[in-house]
Amino acid sequence: MTLTFTRRGAAALALAAALPFAAQAEDPTKVGFIYVGPVGDLGWSYEHDQGRIAVEEEFGDSVETTYVESVPEGADAERILTQMALAGTDLIFTTSFGYMDPTNNVAAKFPDVKFEHATGYRRDHPNVSTYSARFYEGRAVLGHIAGKMTSSNKIGYIASFPIPEVIRGINSAYLHAKKANPDVEMSVVWVYTWFDPGKEADAARALIDQGVDVLMQHTDSTAPQAAAKEAGIYSFGQASDMAQYKPAPRIGSIIDNWAPYYIERVKAVKEGTWESVDTWHGINEGMVELGEFSEAIPEEVRAEAQALSDSIAAGEYHPFTGPINKQDGSAWLAEGETSDDGTLLGMNFYIEGITGDIPN
Amino acid sequence: MSVELLLTALMIASTPILLAAIGELVVEKSGVLNLGVEGMMITGAICGFAVAVETGSPALGFIGAALGGAAMSMIFGVLTQFLLSNQVATGLALTLFGLGFSALIGQGYVGQVPPSTPKLDLGPLSDIPFLGPVLLSHDLVVYLGLALVAGVWAWLRYSRGGMILRAVGENHDAAHALGYKVIRIRLAAIAFGGACAGLGGAYLSLVRVPQWTEGMTAGAGWIALALVVFASWKPWRVLIGAWLFGGITVLQLNLQAAGVKVPVELLSMSPYLITILVLVIISSDRRRANLNAPAALGRIFHAAS
Repeated sequence: MTLTFTRRGAAALALAAALPFAAQAEDPTKVGFIYVGPVGDLGWSYEHDQGRIAVEEEFGDSVETTYVESVPEGADAERILTQMALAGTDLIFTTSFGYMDPTNNVAAKFPDVKFEHATGYRRDHPNVSTYSARFYEGRAVLGHIAGKMTSSNKIGYIASFPIPEVIRGINSAYLHAKKANPDVEMSVVWVYTWFDPGKEADAARALIDQGVDVLMQHTDSTAPQAAAKEAGIYSFGQASDMAQYKPAPRIGSIIDNWAPYYIERVKAVKEGTWESVDTWHGINEGMVELGEFSEAIPEEVRAEAQALSDSIAAGEYHPFTGPINKQDGSAWLAEGETSDDGTLLGMNFYIEGITGDIPN
Repeated sequence: MSVELLLTALMIASTPILLAAIGELVVEKSGVLNLGVEGMMITGAICGFAVAVETGSPALGFIGAALGGAAMSMIFGVLTQFLLSNQVATGLALTLFGLGFSALIGQGYVGQVPPSTPKLDLGPLSDIPFLGPVLLSHDLVVYLGLALVAGVWAWLRYSRGGMILRAVGENHDAAHALGYKVIRIRLAAIAFGGACAGLGGAYLSLVRVPQWTEGMTAGAGWIALALVVFASWKPWRVLIGAWLFGGITVLQLNLQAAGVKVPVELLSMSPYLITILVLVIISSDRRRANLNAPAALGRIFHAAS
C-alpha cells in the first residue's frame, strides 16, 4: 500500500514538474474584459473592445481574450469577475468606474490574477492597477469649439453620474467655451445612466427645447447625435468618433485609444514584469485622440482648436490654469497656477459661472 | 419651460412601454406569464428598423416589427404550450436570445438613419393653440397605442372572445372542460403580446431615438412588465401608469434642463418613487388586488385526455 502511494506520489510530482514547461509553451495568456454597455454602443464600450481586438491582433494565438458586455455596476460585476478568475484568466480589464469596489473585492480573493480598473483610484492590493485617460484635455478643445459655434450662447451637456471624471469634463468644457465666448451658458442634465438610448434622446430633446444649439455628452450611445441631427444643431462624438454623424451634427469628437495600453499590459503579464501602477495619459501619449474637426467648423476655429490641442500635447498649456474660482466664488487656482492631479482626480466642485448644483 | 413641449415629450416617452404593457396584459389575462418582453421589444426594434430602412416606409417598418415580435413570441409559445417548459425560465431565455439575435441582425444597420415617421396632419385643427400640438399632431403610432388600450379594454369586458380569454386565464381546466381550445387561445394571446412588444420596440428605434443601437431598449421591457402588475391587470391603469412613468421621466429631465432648483437626485428618483407610492395605494386593499391577478397565471396546462 505504502509503496503504491509513494509511486503515485512520485508520478504526480514528475507530472507537476513537467507541466509548467508545457504550459508556458502552449497555454495562451488569458485576458478578460468586462464592459458596462454593449460592444455595439459605438461609444465607450466599443472603443474598449477595439483595444481587445488590437491585443488579439498583436499576440495572435498566444493570447485568448474573452469579454462580457452590459455588466451592471455592482454585485453582478463581482459575480462575473469571480467566474472569470475561476476560469483561469490571467489578466482582467474592468472598464467602468462603477466596477471599482467589485474589482478590489475580487482581487483580494485571487492574488494570482492581475486586475486593471479603468477610471478608478482604488488599488487596495498589489494585483490591481488603475488606468485612465485625461479626457478633460480633449474636452477643453471641444469646449473651445462649442463656444465658437453656438449662436444662441447655450450649450447643453448630458452628464451621466456625478463622479470626478464627469465633473472634470464639465468644468474643462465650460472653462474653454467661456474663454472662446464670454456670453456662453451651460445647462447640465444628469441622466444617471451610462447607456440608455431612449433616455439620452429625451435628455437631448429637453435641452434642445431650452434653446441649446451645441450639445455635448458624457454618455455612451449615439442617441444624442440622432436628436441633434433631427433638430439641426451641433454635437460632439464621445469616447468614439461617431463618424456616422459627420460632417454635421457631429463636428468633432474625443476618441479613447486604449489599444497601446492594453498591448503593453498584456506584454508585461507574458514577460512576468507586470506590477501595480496608476496610469493617466492624455493627448500627448495618444490615449486621448481628437477626431477630425468637420468642415462645418470655420477654418480659423479649426486652426485655433488644433493649436490648443498641440499646446496641451506639448505640455505648454494645462487646461486648468488659473485664475479659476470655484462656483461659490472662492479662489481655487491663482494666476498662472495649474491644478495638481490629486485635486483633479477628486474633483467634486463646479467652477465659477456654471449654474446648478452637483448631485451628491 | 412649455407645457406643450412637455406633454408632447410625454407622449413620445410613454408610447413604447404602453404598447409593450398592453400586449403583456392580454398575455397575462390568458394565464401566461411571458417575461421575454424585453427580448421581443428589441427584436421588434431591429426588425422595424431594418424593414423601414430597406423599404423607405415607416408603416411597413412597424408592420415588420409587429411580425418580428410575434414570431419571436411564438418560440416562447411553442416551448411553453406544447413542450410545457417553465414559463419564467423560458421568458428569461427569450430576453437573452432576443438581445443577442437583434445585435446579430443589427450589425449592418448601425449608424443608419431611418425614414421619418409622418405626423398626423389635420391642417387647421393641428394649429389650435395648446390642444393642437398636445393632442392632434403626433405620429399615428401614438394614437394606435391609445386605440389599443381602448380596444383591449372593450374587448376583454364586453366581447365573448374576451370572456373566453379571461376564462382560460382564470381556470384553464374548466375552460378546457367547456370545450375551449386553451392552447390555441393562449398562443393567439402570446402572439398578440409579441406583436405589441415589437411595435413598442420599433417606436424606440424609429421615432423616439431614432436609430439602431445594440441593447437600445435598456430595460424598457421590464418596466412594461412591472406596469401590468402596477395596473392590476386593468387596461386604463396601464395607460395611466405609462403616462406617469414616462411623464415623470421627461419632466425631471426638462426641469433639469430648465435649471429649476430642485435636487437632481430627487428628480431622478421620482419616477420610481411615485410608481412605488401609487402601487402601495392601489394595493392597500390586499384582497381586492389579489383578486385581479388571473388565477391560472404562470401555471402549466396539460390536457388530461
